[in-house]
Amino acid sequence: MWVVPTIPPALYLMLSGILFTIGVIGVLTRRNAIVVFISIELMLNAVNLTFITFSRFLQSIDGVIFAFFVMAVAAAEAAVGLAIFVMLYRSKETINVDDINLLKW
Amino acid sequence: MAENFGILFQWLIFLGVAFVSIVASLLVITRKNPIHSALFMVLTLLCVAVLYVLLHSPFIAIIQVIVYAGAIVMLIVFVIMLLDLETELRSRLKIVYSKVIGGFVAVLFLFGILYTVVAKSPTGQTGSYTTEKMASDVKTVGEALFTEYVFPFEITAILLTAAIIGAVILSKKRT
Amino acid sequence: MLDYMWLIPLFPFVGFLINGLLGRRLGKGVVSVVGPSAIGLSFLTSILIFFELINKPSTERIFEKVIFDWIVSGSFQTVIGYQIDPLSILMALVVTGVSFFIHIYSVGYMHDDPGFTRFFTYLNLFVFMMLNLILANNFLLMFVGWEGVGLCSYLLIGFWYEKDSAANAGKKAFIVNRVGDFGFILGMFLIFINLGTLDFTDAFGSANKLDTATATAIALLLFVGACGKSAQIPLYVWLPDAMEGPTPVSSLIHAATMVTAGVYMVARCNVLYNMAPIAMAVVAIVGVATAIFTASIGFCQYDIKKILAYSTISQLGYMFVAVGVGAYAAGIFHLMTHAFFKGLLFLGAGSVMHAMSGELDIRKMGALRKKIPITFATFFIATLAIAGVPGLSGFFSKDEILWMAFSSGRGHFLIWLVAAVAAGMTAFYMFRALFMTFFGESRVDHHVAHHIHESPRVMTVPLMVLAVASIIGGYVGIPHVLGGANHIHEFLAPVVGGTAEPVKAQAMFSLISEAWAAGGGSGDHSAALELFLMAVSVVIALIGIGIAYFLYLKNPGLPKMLAEKWSGLYRLVSNKYYVDELYQVLFVNSLKKFGTGLWKGFDEFVIDGTVNGIAYFIGWLSGVMRKMQTGLVQNYAFSIVLGGLILAVYYIMRAFL
Repeated sequence: MWVVPTIPPALYLMLSGILFTIGVIGVLTRRNAIVVFISIELMLNAVNLTFITFSRFLQSIDGVIFAFFVMAVAAAEAAVGLAIFVMLYRSKETINVDDINLLKW
Repeated sequence: MAENFGILFQWLIFLGVAFVSIVASLLVITRKNPIHSALFMVLTLLCVAVLYVLLHSPFIAIIQVIVYAGAIVMLIVFVIMLLDLETELRSRLKIVYSKVIGGFVAVLFLFGILYTVVAKSPTGQTGSYTTEKMASDVKTVGEALFTEYVFPFEITAILLTAAIIGAVILSKKRT
Repeated sequence: MLDYMWLIPLFPFVGFLINGLLGRRLGKGVVSVVGPSAIGLSFLTSILIFFELINKPSTERIFEKVIFDWIVSGSFQTVIGYQIDPLSILMALVVTGVSFFIHIYSVGYMHDDPGFTRFFTYLNLFVFMMLNLILANNFLLMFVGWEGVGLCSYLLIGFWYEKDSAANAGKKAFIVNRVGDFGFILGMFLIFINLGTLDFTDAFGSANKLDTATATAIALLLFVGACGKSAQIPLYVWLPDAMEGPTPVSSLIHAATMVTAGVYMVARCNVLYNMAPIAMAVVAIVGVATAIFTASIGFCQYDIKKILAYSTISQLGYMFVAVGVGAYAAGIFHLMTHAFFKGLLFLGAGSVMHAMSGELDIRKMGALRKKIPITFATFFIATLAIAGVPGLSGFFSKDEILWMAFSSGRGHFLIWLVAAVAAGMTAFYMFRALFMTFFGESRVDHHVAHHIHESPRVMTVPLMVLAVASIIGGYVGIPHVLGGANHIHEFLAPVVGGTAEPVKAQAMFSLISEAWAAGGGSGDHSAALELFLMAVSVVIALIGIGIAYFLYLKNPGLPKMLAEKWSGLYRLVSNKYYVDELYQVLFVNSLKKFGTGLWKGFDEFVIDGTVNGIAYFIGWLSGVMRKMQTGLVQNYAFSIVLGGLILAVYYIMRAFL
C-alpha cells in the first residue's frame, strides 16, 4: 500500500492566500463601511492562518504567539473602529464610504 | 493502514472546510444586507478554527471562536442594529471602474502568492517545538507567553485598556 | 626723507578720512583747516624730497619703496610701491602745489555752499588718487589712481547733484573716461602677456624684447586711455560739460592735474613709445588736430568757463604734440606752466563769477577791470602767458614744443605749421574773452551791477601766487639759444631721455638714451633757425591779439556782422560742429536700443520667463497631482494594495527569476 501524504503546507498557504484576496476585494469594492470592516477582519484571519501554518511546519512557537497577539489587537481595533463608525453616523447620517470624502482636494 | 485512514480523514476534513470557508467568504463580500455578511463571517471563522485544530493548535482555535466569532462579530452585529442601517439599494448596479480595477489588482496579487507558494516549499530552520511538545498546546503556549513574550503581553494589556477607554469616550453622546 | 615718500599720498588720504567721517561733526572751521593743510603738508614733503633728490648725482635719481605685496597669485605679482624719480617728483610738486592754493581758494569760494564738508572730502580724495597715479611704480597702481581720479571727477562734476545738467555731465565724464580706460586695460594686458610684469622698472628694462608691432599696439592702446583721460579727439566731449562742477574743481581737475594724467603716462612709457614710431606719429597728429579743432570752437563760445575748457583741450593737444615728436621733457614743461596759468584762469573766472553773482555769459559782462582790479590783473597775466607773449612762462614752454615739432627726428614741418596757427588762434580767443569781460562798454545787468565787489583775500591771495608762478615758472626751461641752461630738460633727462651726458647705472636709462640718439634729437639744427621760428611764433601771437583787439574793442559791432555774413559757418562752429549730437545718434541711441532690446527680449522673456515658467509648471503639476487626493478611503486602500503588489512582484522576480 502506498502512504497517503500528509497535507502539504502549500495547500494551507494557498487557502490563506485566497481568503486574503477575497478580503482585499471586499475592502476595495463594498460601499458599506461595516462590510469593509468585516473584510478587514477576514484579511487578518487569513494572515493568522499563515502564521499557524508556518509555526506548525517549522516547529516553532513564534507563529502561535504572534497569532495570539494579532487577535488581541484585532479586538481592540474592532472596539475603537466601531465606536468611530457610531460617531460618524451621528454626524453624517450615513455610513457609505463614498460619502465620507471631506479630505477631497 | 490506520495512519492512512487518519490522514485520509484529515484530507477530507481539510477539503470540506476549505471549500466551505471560501464559499462563505465570497458570500460575505457579496451580500447586500450587512447582517447577512456578519453571519457568513461567523461561518468563515468557524471553518478557520477547524483548520487551526487540524494544524495542531487547539488553543488558537478556541481563542478564535471565543474572541473573533464571539466578541468581535457580536460587536459588529450590535453596531449594525444600533445604526439601523438600510440595505444597499439593489437598483444601483453601475460599474464603477475604480472598483473593477481594484478587484483586478487583488487577483494579480493572488497569482503572485500562488506562484510563490508553488515554486518553493517553506524551508528554514526547524525550531524545537516538536509535535510531542505541542501536544499539550495550552501549557506550551502559556510557558512561552509568560517567559519569553511577557513584555508584549503586558503591552497588549495596556493596549486593550486604552482601546476600551477610547471606545467609551468616542461613542458617548454629547449632551 | 626719501624713505618717507609714502607720506606724500598719506596726508591727503588722512585728510579725506577726517573730513569724510568726522567732518559733519567738526564743523566748517575745522574742515577748512584740515583740507588745505593736508595738501600743504604733502607739498612740504615733496619739496623736502625734491631738494634731497637734486643733491644726488643725476644718474642715481631713482628710488623705489615697496609698501606691501598686493597681489601674489602664481606668475602675477604686484605690489603697492612708490617711485621717486625726476618725473614723478616734478609732477608731485606741481600737483600738490597747485592743489594747495586751490584748496585755500575753495575755502572762500565754497563758503556758503551747504556741501562744504563733502567738497573738501572729495577734493582730498582726488589729490590722494592723483598722487597714487603719479608716484606708482607699476601699471596696476597707476591704474588704480587713474580710475580713482575718474571717480572723483564724477563726484565733483556732479557735486550739485540736484541739478539735472550737473548729474548728466558727471555721468558723461565717467562713461567717456571708461571708454578710454578700456583701451588702457587692454594695453596693460598686452604688457603683462609679453613682458610678464607690470612693474615700471622691470617692464621698461625688458621692453626691447618686444617687436615693433606689439609695441605699437601697446602704445596705441595706452594712448586711447590717454585720449579719454586727457580729452583728445574723439573722447574730449566730456570736458566742456564738466564745467557744471564748481569752479575750483574745474581749475584743479580739469586744468591742472587730472587731465594731465594722460600726458604723464605717455612720458612715463617713453621707452615703449620710442619703439613704436607709428604710434608716436598718431599721438602727434591727434594732438595737433585736437589743438586746432577745439581752438576753433573757442571762437564762438560765450560761456567763460566753456571757453577755458576748450582752451584746456587745445593746450593738452599741444602737450601730446610734444610727446608725440619725442620731446617728452617739453611736454612735461608745458604741463607745468599750463597748470599755473590755466589754474589761474579758472580761479579768475570763478572770482569774476563770484563778483557777478554767478553770471557766466561774457556778453553780459564788460568794463569790469576797474571794479575787480586784482582779479583783472591776475587774469591778464595768465592770458598773456597762454598767448605765448615773451617773458612769461607760456612762451618758453610753447616755443619749446613748436621748435621740437619742427626739428625733432620725429617731428614734421606740417605739425609745426598747424600748431603755430593754433597758437595764433589761442591768442585770439583768449584775448577775446579778456576784452569782452574786462574792457569795453558795460553790458552788465542792473541788479548784478550793484553787487560787484572784489573777492575776499582768501580767494585773491592764491590768484596772486599763481600769477607769480605763471611769470617765473618758465625760467627753469630757458632754452640754450637764449642763453639759458634748460634746467628742466636736464632734470628730466634720466627718465625721458635727451641728455647730452652719457647715463649709466640702471638698464632703463641706457635704453632710453640709445633710443633717443637713434631718433635724431635736437642739436642738429642751427640756433639761427630756432631763433627765427621763435620770432615767427611771437609774431603770430601778436597778430592774434591784434585781431581780437580790432574786433572786440575797436569795432564791437563787427563780430555780429561777420557772424551774419557767414551764418552757416557760424552756426556750425557755435554748435561745436554738432559732435555731441553725432555721438548721440551714433552711439548713445543705438546702445539704448540695444539695451532695451536685451531688456525686453532677453531679461523679461528668457530669464523671467524661465523663472516664472518653472513656478507655473510646478503649479500646473501640483494641480494635476492633487487630483489624486479624492478623500475616499477605498482609493487609498487601493494604492496600498498596488504598492504591495509591486513589492511582491519585485521580490518574486529577485528570488525566482
